[in-house]
Amino acid sequence: MPSDIHHPAAAFNRTSFEACVVPYLDAAYNLARWLARDDTDAQDVVQESMLRAFRYFHSFHGDDARVWLLAIVRNTFYSLRSKAAADAKHETFDDEAHTLIDEAPSPEARALISVDIQALQAALENLPHPLREVIVLRELEECSYKEIANITGQKIGTVMSRLARARERLKAELSSSSTEARRHDVR
Amino acid sequence: MMCDDARLLLHAYLDNELDAAQSVAIVRHMQACPSCAASYADYGQLREGMGRASLYRRAPDTLRKTWQTEKPVASTTPPARTRRAPLALAMAAGFAAAVIIATPLWLTSTHRTGDASQWADEAISSHIRSMQPQHLMDVVSTDQHTVKPWFDGKLDFSPRVKDLAGEGFPLVGGRLDALGGRSVAALIFKRHLHIINLYQWPVSSDDAVQITTQWHGYNAIQWTTGHMHFVAVSNVNESELHEFVLAFQNDSVTPPMR
Repeated sequence: MPSDIHHPAAAFNRTSFEACVVPYLDAAYNLARWLARDDTDAQDVVQESMLRAFRYFHSFHGDDARVWLLAIVRNTFYSLRSKAAADAKHETFDDEAHTLIDEAPSPEARALISVDIQALQAALENLPHPLREVIVLRELEECSYKEIANITGQKIGTVMSRLARARERLKAELSSSSTEARRHDVR
Repeated sequence: MMCDDARLLLHAYLDNELDAAQSVAIVRHMQACPSCAASYADYGQLREGMGRASLYRRAPDTLRKTWQTEKPVASTTPPARTRRAPLALAMAAGFAAAVIIATPLWLTSTHRTGDASQWADEAISSHIRSMQPQHLMDVVSTDQHTVKPWFDGKLDFSPRVKDLAGEGFPLVGGRLDALGGRSVAALIFKRHLHIINLYQWPVSSDDAVQITTQWHGYNAIQWTTGHMHFVAVSNVNESELHEFVLAFQNDSVTPPMR
């Protein structure tokens, strides 16, 4: 804590916090921003997460600071969110209900995905949180399945099936939005 | 391999998470199944799109400034992997010397600020602790006439209590706390969604100097008046905290409430 900086040992602690954890500020913000979908909220989440990280830095045993920090960011986001939106129903995610979309192997179902940024961003923001976090960690943060499992506290199998679902949803949304756009053009 | 399995595994294959045997199996399946091969191609394209589309959100400068202190030590040590080892070594030695020379200065400079900054540090720690769930308030009331008597018998002094709702800082409660091993009164005020903790305890000397301290987004202002030392801590910005302090000090000019 701040008062500890008067002790050389704790000054070292603070230095090592800045060396170990602070470099992952961008990673923390990226995850928080995609979870919160709002700049101000994301900043609050990261600020709170960094304080928690600093407070519990003594319990960090030097494995992977990025994974450790991202897990804190995720927990902080969900705890702040449940506190803030007591009225909003807690988003429970039923893995069974979100079974893989039954994609008919028709030619237009495999319409080439339009990868325009805005559609991609909107599609990503529309994913439910449990799917969004795995795809953001995988594609933007380039975490391995094992790292994602550590961050989210899920089994690797769950990570794998959620990633599959996330990608199928994205693909479905992108191909439907592009066909919609095409229909628009025709009219 | 059936398509059902492949639909899951091709993602793991795309992510390079399969072992050799499984990779061979999925490749064979895709050679035989155009439908799975096509969706694999689509997901590859999706990944490429996500990589290209600059979806990565970088931390804004305000956040970066809060957490990256301008420190001469340890922050800039580029890995010396050139072939010019002697030069690198010489630089390293120079760097080490600089650290050795600079470190004691840095340590003494934090020491020199002494008592005042120590109080601010402790108050900020306490403020952060108070933000923990169930930790903020012992007595919840917006009424100063409830908060003040609540402290009676719990402290060896009578704290100054005032509601500043008129100035935009409503009183929301009070708490007993400990700073530097002594019991202090903590009043809790709100500023919009932010919390301000105001700590106070009696002191023997009246030192009129007002000191402002910052730490990672928190501001602390301390002052002494009428043999009472005050520390206000919050994450509201400095000017708002000053406004709060002025509002509180204004009141202490008028006769204290009985």
